[in-house]
Amino acid sequence: MTVADEPQEGLGARLRPYALTGGRTRPVADLPLETLIRTTPQGESAVPRLVLEHKAIATMCTAPLSVAEISAHLRVPLGVVRVLVGDMAAQGLLATNQPQSTSNDRPDIKLLERVLNGLQAL
Amino acid sequence: MGFRHSETAEPAGGVTATVPLPVKIVVAGGFAVGKTTLVGSISEIEPLTTEAAMTKVSLGVDDVGGAEAKSSTTVAMDFGRVTLGEDLILYLFGTPGQDRFRFMWDDLVRGAIGAIVLVDTNRLADCFPAVDYFESMDVPFIVAVNCFHGMLSHNVNDVREALAVSPDVPLILCDARDRESTKAALLELVQHAMLKAV
Repeated sequence: MTVADEPQEGLGARLRPYALTGGRTRPVADLPLETLIRTTPQGESAVPRLVLEHKAIATMCTAPLSVAEISAHLRVPLGVVRVLVGDMAAQGLLATNQPQSTSNDRPDIKLLERVLNGLQAL
Repeated sequence: MGFRHSETAEPAGGVTATVPLPVKIVVAGGFAVGKTTLVGSISEIEPLTTEAAMTKVSLGVDDVGGAEAKSSTTVAMDFGRVTLGEDLILYLFGTPGQDRFRFMWDDLVRGAIGAIVLVDTNRLADCFPAVDYFESMDVPFIVAVNCFHGMLSHNVNDVREALAVSPDVPLILCDARDRESTKAALLELVQHAMLKAV
């Protein structure tokens, strides 16, 4: 059974959260909480030899999940997930897609139109 | 087709996985006003909870007063997800409206489409901090008055006056339990954001 199958007993329940990150609280990359994460083919083939927390993330992100969802499923604080995901992305195990970055920090009109159309089609 | 690949996490081997683009909307309001209900009414997943720890860094930036500054605090935040197509996923984040959670709002509103301020007319003042914040940060927002029992103890104009929001801020009535009502609120916000984006 994988860790992802036991939501009631996440990584956070068993370990001091920042022990997972070697005491680091700052991720290698800036990852907003809605950043979407997906395991790369390289990450998938690496699963058997990954450490527990990396394995859990690589296993659950075969379908795209946000940083916030990973945090909720693993029951590990956001800050810890950011560090773990940042490390794994830097190793090529995960691909990330960040929110659109614009000069004023808001989605541009084209993206808003796509959101509007998507909502109307619900 | 507007499909973005990661720029920050290009795998060393050059093999990329395709990842949808995330967008988010913030749902703010006072305690028990129905934020999680609203998120859950349209989310394709049961609303999830994540915890953000109030770090020393946050405490340094945001003045939360002497007593609170001593201990570290975690804030639970409920959120949901709406897939808007193969390459676009909308996240809805419910955030506590109290001033003392301001430290996390900067992070939350960064890159957001905008915010829905959910209001209970019996406790109007609960939403003041959120309204102030979104106004000061120039975040597009709408006010949605939650009518739990189909009754409204104030009329809409009274609410607008009490909140002192600018006339161009849309103010709507909603039922947070109802999917169509929530969808209408989201559409209202996106259209408002589009007006502000041009």
